Amino acid sequence: MSGTETWNRAALALRLLAADPSGLGGLWLRARPGPARDAVVAALDRLPVPPRRIHPAIASDALSGGMDLAATLSAGTPVLRDGLLAPGATILLTSAERCGSGLAATLGQWLDRGAGSLILLDEAADGDECPPPALTDRIGLFLSLDDVALRDTGPLDMHLPASLPTVTLASEQRDALAVTAASLGIASLRPPGFAAAAARTAATLDGRSQVQDADLRLACELTFAHRAQATPAPEDDTSAPPEESHEQDGETQRPEIPDDMLLDAVRAALPPDLLSRLAEARTRRAGTAGGSGAAHRGNRRGRPLPPRPGTLDGRARIDLVATLRAAAPWQPMRRAADRTDRRLHIRSADIRVKQYEETSDRVLIFCVDASGSAAMARLAEAKGAVEILLSEAYARRDHVALIGFRGNRADVLLPPTRSLVQAKRHLAGLPGGGGTPLAAGLQAGCELARTSRGRGLTPSLALLTDGRANIALDGSANRGTAEADAGRMARLLRTEGIAGLVIDTGRRPARSLEELARAFDAPYLALPRADARGLSGAVSAVLG
Amino acid sequence: MKQPFPFSAIVGQDEMKQAMLLTAIEPALSGVLVFGDRGTGKSTAVRALAALLPPIRQVEGCPVNSARAAECPDWAEVGSTRLVKRPTPVVDLPLGVTEDRVTGALDIERALTRGEKAFQPGLLARANRGYLYIDEVNLLEDHIVDLLLDVAQSGENVVEREGLSIRHPARFVLVGSGNPEEGELRPQLLDRFGLSVEVTSPTDVDQRIEVLRRRDAYEHDNDAFMKTWRPRDGKLRKRIEAARTALPSVATPEQGLRDCAELCVALGADGLRGELTLLRAARALAAFDGQDEVGRSHLRAVAPSALRHRLRRDPLDEAGSTARVARTLGDVFGPYQTAAE
Repeated sequence: MSGTETWNRAALALRLLAADPSGLGGLWLRARPGPARDAVVAALDRLPVPPRRIHPAIASDALSGGMDLAATLSAGTPVLRDGLLAPGATILLTSAERCGSGLAATLGQWLDRGAGSLILLDEAADGDECPPPALTDRIGLFLSLDDVALRDTGPLDMHLPASLPTVTLASEQRDALAVTAASLGIASLRPPGFAAAAARTAATLDGRSQVQDADLRLACELTFAHRAQATPAPEDDTSAPPEESHEQDGETQRPEIPDDMLLDAVRAALPPDLLSRLAEARTRRAGTAGGSGAAHRGNRRGRPLPPRPGTLDGRARIDLVATLRAAAPWQPMRRAADRTDRRLHIRSADIRVKQYEETSDRVLIFCVDASGSAAMARLAEAKGAVEILLSEAYARRDHVALIGFRGNRADVLLPPTRSLVQAKRHLAGLPGGGGTPLAAGLQAGCELARTSRGRGLTPSLALLTDGRANIALDGSANRGTAEADAGRMARLLRTEGIAGLVIDTGRRPARSLEELARAFDAPYLALPRADARGLSGAVSAVLG
Repeated sequence: MKQPFPFSAIVGQDEMKQAMLLTAIEPALSGVLVFGDRGTGKSTAVRALAALLPPIRQVEGCPVNSARAAECPDWAEVGSTRLVKRPTPVVDLPLGVTEDRVTGALDIERALTRGEKAFQPGLLARANRGYLYIDEVNLLEDHIVDLLLDVAQSGENVVEREGLSIRHPARFVLVGSGNPEEGELRPQLLDRFGLSVEVTSPTDVDQRIEVLRRRDAYEHDNDAFMKTWRPRDGKLRKRIEAARTALPSVATPEQGLRDCAELCVALGADGLRGELTLLRAARALAAFDGQDEVGRSHLRAVAPSALRHRLRRDPLDEAGSTARVARTLGDVFGPYQTAAE
């Protein structure tokens, strides 16, 4: 799809949103900063209900309302403030990919009450980041402005006709939407409802009272394409699931609109590399929501630290004694200045909040060699070893992540999660074969460790390989470069300060791997000599 | 604001609906855990249940919804003794909630502006005699989970902090929902839920079409839709009320007790809580069906919900617990066709 087409679709989507904000739930806008995004965001401000901007770190009392402490203290009587999540409001969440699960739950419950709409500005740099699925599932429209260049953009008309006709959606059309969603593998039951709302609104904006095929097509493009979990069957196939049971009773209830047509519409809007991204996307979605770990310095639990000045934003707890202590010296002066008979004069600058320190959760990243040489030798045993480590991690309630490398690339098969069942499943499905891109595996491990650290997790890396590196970082099959690259990556891991463990799964211990372990500053363990107890002992030593 | 989607209009998901109705009849079942995909009607069902439940009578203005004036806590300073009817409370526990909001805490507002020490009740107080709903329960922070476990077990919320010493009853039915792919639930919390259900998106196209049809009618033809379904919800409410009255007189024959025990032994379920829950759920179902005795058909219908989360579990075992319960049911009670009761 060309940039102009995308832009035109964006313009239509914005008009739909303006006409029926609550029925569509909102808009998920994926775009990097740029003129195209600026134009769309500027147009959003012209919605009938202009959006209120919030950011992922917003305090909960700002959302749901509550007492305005600063105003209360200066007025001496309780001053209440309205929250942003009023019925009928439009909320614009910036940096939505960094939205935490708590905020997502609050916003999700607000959306469920069905009176508002939410716009997610998603600035995700790569596929690893994604707004929480709890929100994206409740939002109808999706737009990606990635392929829009400046010359594709044009003026955005947000003007709505004065009177909008009521639209009827024929029952066959409605059923066709449900069938289309099903054949795209969309499990959730919310999207067909969004599609119906979008089709209705498209017709009403056109001044028609009847939904037409073009409306349905547009609705499917905007609400189904980004959720597709399966590529629809090719055209020549009977792609619509048969409904013979209906056809027996005389009149055919089969939807009049051939579902093929809708599928075609979605197919055209599907990103070309959908198939290759499907598997990744699924694990990614699962991972991002639960992935954020505890921060080093929290305000809820752990070892108490001295209280610090702060505001009561609903997240931190007030340290009452410290607050009073901070206010005490000022009392005579304030009483004199205030001349009222209030007993206690506290200003918001006196507020002290509690602060705690806690150790963060750990994540154990498994970097598993699935190359041909390893598969020949002992991939099965390596899998067994990983399982021992997994159960060890389970007992410690650590997060686990899985990276597999073979051929000329390394893939994050499972982002940090606590779900052991998933880790096990991914491990069992790990195919073997191809070259040994050891450096690429270590690189992927290092990147994942860095992102996990950014989320407040403490990463450790367990490398399982036979050490026969033969694919260099640039993908070329050169044993010398490959080993040099692997050594370089190992030193990088060491400088990053990532704890590690190297397990040699080869038939014979490889000297090169032992050197690699030394460069990584990680214990080296040859599997032939390591039994279950040795393994878990080594892990305990690494993870402390 | 629009009325919630009617409970009886929810398409399919029979096990989830059954489990929720059972907790409405027998609150001692102490909770339902609904695990499954997104957009399968978990939240819809909980909100619909809230609208379906018979109203409760409580002292006017009591923060813990006491049924009698004598039960009102002293700190609440409830002046009125009038009883008022109100809908069964269904309280949402949002994920990012602070401990203060859950248990209640010192009323900072009054402390700072008036210099008085007063207690501001939290969500647990509001949920007393009702439901506490936690969406994404598996993502709940550990310290909140600990707190809930403690209160759910004792039925009482104890606040000892900031110079306050407050206790008030907090008996509620826990309803949790979540997506198992995002993380697991601690076994201790798992055990607190009497029943657990797994929901999946319907794969049947006709069913999916029916969902969209009803949803669309609800959105766009609300009056007619509610007119069709409100009487059915009313009928269901009457049935719940009748079942509540009938529940104490439902008899449990010796054979029923033996069946429960045999099933739990065969499954290797931990502890006796499984048997108790199984029996309670079966009795509630018998009462709902208007029968005066627990039969095998009742046990068979509730066994998966009551037991699937209590099996001793190998964390690396992939076979679903549901399959294991079904298999054992077949072994103990014989194949389904022959057990015609």
